[in-house]
This record gives sequence, structure tokens and C-alpha cells, in this order.
Amino acid sequence: MRIGVFVCSCGTNIAGTVDTKRVASEALSFADVVYATNYMYTCSEPGQQEIQKAITEHGLQGVVVAACSPRMHEPTFRRAVEKAGLNRYMFEMANIREHVSWIGTDKEANTRKALDLVRMAVAKLRFNAPLFSSKAPVNKRLLVIGGGVAGIQAALDCAEGGMDVVMVERKQYIGGKMAKLDKTFPTIDCSSCILGPKMVDVSQNEKITLYAASQIESINGYIGNFTVDIRKKATYVNWDACTGCGACVEKCPSKKAEDYFNEGLGQARAINIPFPQAIPKKAAIDAQFCRQLNGKKCGVCAKICPVKAIDFEMKDTIVTEKVGAIIVATGYDLFDYSVYGEYGGGRYPDVISGIQYERILSASGPFGGHIRRPSDGREPKDIVFISCVGSRDASVGRPYCSGICCMYIAKQAILTKDHMPESNSYVFYMDIRSPGKNYDEFVRRAQEEYGVQYIRGRVGKIYQRGDRMVVQGADTLLGVQVEVEADLVVLATGVESSSGAGELAEKLRISYDQYGFYMESHPKLRPVETNTAGVYLAGACQGPKDIPSSVAQGSAAASKVQSLFAHDTIETNPQVALVNERNCIACGKCIQVCPFGAIQWKELRGGIKKAEVLQTVCQGCGVCNATCPPKAIQLQHATDNQILAEVNELCA
Amino acid sequence: MERNNILSVQQSRDSDFIREVEEASGQNVSKCYQCGNCMASCVYTFAYDYPVTQIMRLIQLGQRDTVLSSRSIWLCANCQACTTRCPNNIDVAQVMEALRIMTRQADTVSQPDIQAFYDEFLRSVKTFGRVFETGLLPVYNMRVKKPFTDFDLAPRLLKKGKITFFPALVKNRKKIAEIFEVTKRECFSKAGKARPEPLSSKTDT
Repeated sequence: MRIGVFVCSCGTNIAGTVDTKRVASEALSFADVVYATNYMYTCSEPGQQEIQKAITEHGLQGVVVAACSPRMHEPTFRRAVEKAGLNRYMFEMANIREHVSWIGTDKEANTRKALDLVRMAVAKLRFNAPLFSSKAPVNKRLLVIGGGVAGIQAALDCAEGGMDVVMVERKQYIGGKMAKLDKTFPTIDCSSCILGPKMVDVSQNEKITLYAASQIESINGYIGNFTVDIRKKATYVNWDACTGCGACVEKCPSKKAEDYFNEGLGQARAINIPFPQAIPKKAAIDAQFCRQLNGKKCGVCAKICPVKAIDFEMKDTIVTEKVGAIIVATGYDLFDYSVYGEYGGGRYPDVISGIQYERILSASGPFGGHIRRPSDGREPKDIVFISCVGSRDASVGRPYCSGICCMYIAKQAILTKDHMPESNSYVFYMDIRSPGKNYDEFVRRAQEEYGVQYIRGRVGKIYQRGDRMVVQGADTLLGVQVEVEADLVVLATGVESSSGAGELAEKLRISYDQYGFYMESHPKLRPVETNTAGVYLAGACQGPKDIPSSVAQGSAAASKVQSLFAHDTIETNPQVALVNERNCIACGKCIQVCPFGAIQWKELRGGIKKAEVLQTVCQGCGVCNATCPPKAIQLQHATDNQILAEVNELCA
Repeated sequence: MERNNILSVQQSRDSDFIREVEEASGQNVSKCYQCGNCMASCVYTFAYDYPVTQIMRLIQLGQRDTVLSSRSIWLCANCQACTTRCPNNIDVAQVMEALRIMTRQADTVSQPDIQAFYDEFLRSVKTFGRVFETGLLPVYNMRVKKPFTDFDLAPRLLKKGKITFFPALVKNRKKIAEIFEVTKRECFSKAGKARPEPLSSKTDT
């Protein structure tokens, strides 16, 4: 084989601590190397032309580039050698930047290490063989998991583009957290007025199939060809028949069911339609509170229902959908404030969370949009807001900023003044985080026009005095302890990952961080992709986000899906496992260890069994390669021979 | 303790002080982001010259003299409300304790009366195995030259049996005295130098 070596200086990034000229000149002495040179920026256009020129002039059959991480430029150089007529897999990259120049300052030692890495790359390249990808068809249907504003945006964008969309929502209604909000910052738009039309669009768009009250059971397959099992939970109401008339809700005698939509502030019926604009507007029975389902005599709803939709025998069902791409938009949950014993959360009825206050402010909320205290229904006069409850607090395992609380507190304080001009609002804050468009102006308005008192400091404790509460905190700007008497305390509970985020991630085979937020492929340059091809992220499942960012990400994920679906087929990655049938002893170990279910039995003539790799399912992890006793299964482009050649070179 | 409204950040910074506090307390003071929760929770903020949030800030700025001469570190009752509430898991009470030890080592205790109480309290424990109030209070009063403070309370306390004329001795007093000796030895060997005794730090009941 005729091999050419190109050592990149990367300006001074590499040349600063590695003698790149010496690496190039010594590389000439390695086996099969017929050409070696050093270049300032090998990834630049003239740098790539240099490689292509050398391939033709020196008849090179393989190319080694010693430069940065292959994650940066391997695709660049593979394209470059392909243009010059080589197979793209007749190329190797030695990482002498991230692995050498950036981490050591000893130029002599760095140069020796760089030479080692180049020698290993050359040794591997001598065992490389041309590989060719095949084509797999793309199923142009999209699955959106989660029906909050991010998922709705993604689904509508793709449906607009003519794609079939399957939306799965865990709750019985779509709209997510935004559906619970009264108004949105910084424009004080009515939340349900701007979200409602989008929710209706979802239900009326022929391209969108909505599974509400459903969960993902399992996901198999790969980009372009996923098979998804969806568990439709028993709602005990036949939704095909239910018209959402609400007669059953009115007559239901079980009136003390948990009101999830109003965050426990009110009481719901056991059969319920959570809010007037709910999509789908269908009733569902909460089995925990239903009399009939708990062995008592009832069945009132079944008698009253004009379309006979009630079915107490209903069981969960599993439906299977085939899709080509998945957008995950599972949103977030809010921090459980009862962790803060000093705030009396959970004990004092008038210490509530921000989302509960949102329901109080809402006209469809438990008090019809009139601000009342949960304890005695009295109108509060002094309201204290406490920020960073479960945010920026390492002691409760939430060291990150939730990003939305500063803004929603300012909004709620402004709305409070609008509802009750005689009221006084106080905000305890540590820092104000308002980096969005018109956001800081909004917070300033709360202080300047609405007279909201901002106090810089955290709150140490809250205790009751008569029927009011005393909030004891600090004003760190003055260096004094302060007390505020309050009728109502609103805790700005922070954002945390959605419950069950981890289990879903395992089904999707995507990674998540220590707080349960899904990991994007690259924090800056691939913000909506995951490391699993064909799975994209939108909204707060990836990290705390406000509505504009969630919507933007929903559209961004949709555009990624549309560019995937613009192709009828996708090229498969040929760097997958391959079975040498002559050596396979049919022990089946590879089938057992494969985490992707990519290996199956194949029967040859005469009933001889052999392992067979499904090329499109294999992700190239190499577990089978390491397990196979006779080494019959080999991961292409990382075969035992290639790896041993590198090891031999390193130990030589 | 004059407050100067202009502070030269570079010239007044004593980096050794920051390191000493961090080593003695085992806490990373740069974790403090000045939220004020310790000040909000502290029951003695009303009496402090510098609220505890500002003590933490002064340490971050390396203000040795201001911190070590402050009243606050001696008024601290070590109730640990600050430690419990700190969102950054800083053991603030331990920082205050470290500061008290540092002033003792440097012999710059700003509140000798409070130091005297610590000393006499522990001496009483060492001698009798538990506190003997009737002995402790007169001795303390004499030491701080306020012989009649709270004297008027004595008859009522006696009548209610809250104090007695004779110490209630515990079994094995020697063992308790030994704890003091062992602790003192360990502290000496750690510090490698003589210190004023007894040490309040490790033997505080």
C-alpha cells in the first residue's frame, strides 16, 4: 500500500507544542509511507487540495491526517479523499491536538507521542479495506412524544409539510404546562388564547393522529424505520363515542377527586374533563376515586351518558405505529417545595407554588379568576414571592438556574396589582435573570410602574402570626434582617426533569444528564439532535426553557425531521459487525449480548444455523466482536487485526 | 472597627487568611454566593456588628483584621441555623468556630468576657463532670469584674431547686477530665505549639 501522511500545524494550536515538521519527516520512515508533509491548516480548501494533489501525483492508496479530533474533521477529509478517487474508509486520522498539543507543554514528549499516534494510524491503515454503504428506505411518518407547546409546534410544522404525525401524550389533554398558565410574559398574552388555536389545529389536522392518555411502551428499530408500541391507558370512556357534553361530570357523585389540573387547589369529580378548552374534549374516569370501580354501587355516569360511552370494563390496549423519526418533547415538572420545611410548604395552606398561583389567577381556575387565599377564601392584601425555590440550591440537589422563575414572578406580581390595585407585592430574589427580548424592561416595569418591592436576599423562615404569616428574610444590600407580614406566599418553584424521563430515555436509547434532562448531541452546534440518529429533542425535556425557546426548538426539530424526510432512502453506516460464516460456531453469544437486537439466526441449506447481523439495526458498538469465542464476528473498520496492529506499533 | 467606605481590593486582600480559614474550617468560602439565607436565619443578627453574610463576604475579600476583631464571631451561639439553611452546603457555623479558634491562637479575642465564660464553663465540666452553676457563675462574675450580675436571681433559683449548694457529681469524673487531656494533647500535636487552655472547640458540650 502507498500511504501519504499529512501533519497539520493548526496554526499554533498544534505547532505550538508539537514539532510538526519533525513528525512529518520521521513519518517517512514508517512502513508503506511514500509521502509525508506538514501543512498550516490541513482542513482549509488549499489544505484539502494538497491531499488530493498528492493522491494523484504519488499514486497514494491510503491517507493519514494527523490533526484534530475526528469528531471535528473526519467527514471533511473522508469527502476530500473520496473526491480524489479513494474509498472514504481508506483514511485514518491521528488526533494530535485534543490528545497531545492541548494537554501537554513538553514539546519533546509531545512530539514523541504525536509520532506514536501517527505510527499507529499508519499501521491500522495498512489493514483497512474499502467499505460501501447500502441504502435503507425512510418511513416518512413522525412520532412526537409529548403534547406541550414544543411538541404541538413540531407536529404542526411537520403536518404542514405534508408528513404524517403521530402524537403521544401521557395526560388526557394536550397543551402541557402552558395550558395551565393564565398569562404569558413579557406581553401578558392570555395563554389559552394563543395556545388554544394550536391545540385545535392538532385535533383537526388530518395528518396528525393523537393518542392522549397514552404512553410509550417500547421502541425498536433505527433511523427511518422505528416500530413503536403505544399503551393507551384505560379511561373507562369510549372516546370514539364521547362528545364531551359533560353531563356525566355534572352528575358524578364522587366529588372529592384530586384536581390535577388545578394543582390540588380545587376538587374534581371522579369522571372529569379537566378544562373547558381541553383537547381532546373527552371525559375520563380517575379509577382511584370512582365509586363503581372501587366496588361500590354507582354507575350514574353510565346511566346519564346520552351516547353510552362509559365502559367500566375497559382495559389498557397496545397499538403499534411505524415511524421514521421521533421528536421527544416531554417537558418538565416543578420542584416539590415541601422539601423546604422552613417555608412551611405543605403545612401552611397559604404558602403555594407559582403554578398554583397561576391557576388562582386564571379565569378557568378554582376561584374563577378572583385572587383568594386557599385557607379561608379571603382576598390577600400583602403577597410575598420567593424566588429560587429549588433552583440554584446545591443543598437540595438543584444547583442550576431554572431560567423562567424571575420572569414569571414579575408577571404574577404585575397581574396581582392589576387584579387588586390596593395590594402590595414583595419579591425576595438573589439575582434577576432576564436575558430575553424585552424581558428586563418587563421586570423594571414591575418595579417602576407597578410598585413591586424587590428585596435582595433569601428567606430564612416563615411562621404564622394570627391569620397572617411572617416572612423572615435578609436584605443583603443593607446587611439587615427583614420581616414582611404576608397573607399569601408564592414560592417560585424551579424546573426539574419530567417524571419518568429516565425510563423513556432508556427506551429511546438517548442519554440524559444527572438531573434527568436529555442530552443534546452538541451543546452549541447540534442543539436538537441526540446521539441516537433519528431522535430529536424539543422544549424543556432538554433543559429549563421558556415558551419562545420551546417553540423555537419545536420548529428546529421539525426542520431536522423534514430534511431527513426529504430523502427517500438513507445511507447506512458500513462500520458495523459482519459474520464470517466459515468461523461461526453458532453459539449464539452475540445474539445474547447485542444491546440493539441487531443479530439473529440465519438458516443455511441443510438446517445449519449461523449468526447474521442486520446491517441497518447494528450501531457498531463492538460488544459482539469482543464476545465471539472464535472471533467470527468482526466490527468493520475496527477489526481485531486493525486494533492489534495499532497495539503492536505502540508496544514496539 | 471603623468602617471605611473605600476598600482597596488588591492591597487589603490577605490571601493567607482565606487559606487559613478554609483549612481550619474545611469549607470552601468561594462557594458562598451571598444569598443572605444565613443572615435571614440567624437569631443574633440583631446584635451582630457584621451579619454573618457579610462575615463570609469579608473572608472572601481576605479582610483578616475586620473579621477577627468582629463581635459577631463571639456572639455566634453555634445553633447552626446558617449551616442548615445554606443552599451551597457551607458549614457556616464551622467557619465561625474556626474564626474563634484563630483569634484564640493569635491571642486577639475581641470579647474577653465571652471567652471567659467558655473557659469557666469547661473548667466546671472538667472538675465536676457536669456544670455546677452555683460555682460557675460567681467565678465567672469575678473574672469579668461584675460580681453582682444576676445575683438577685439566686434565692428564687434555689427555692425552685434549679441550683444547689453542692455539685451533683457524676460517676467516673476522672474519665471526663481525661477527655479534656486527650483533646488538649491532640490539639497541641496538630498545631505543634502551645495554646491557651482549655480549648473550647472540641469539648463544647
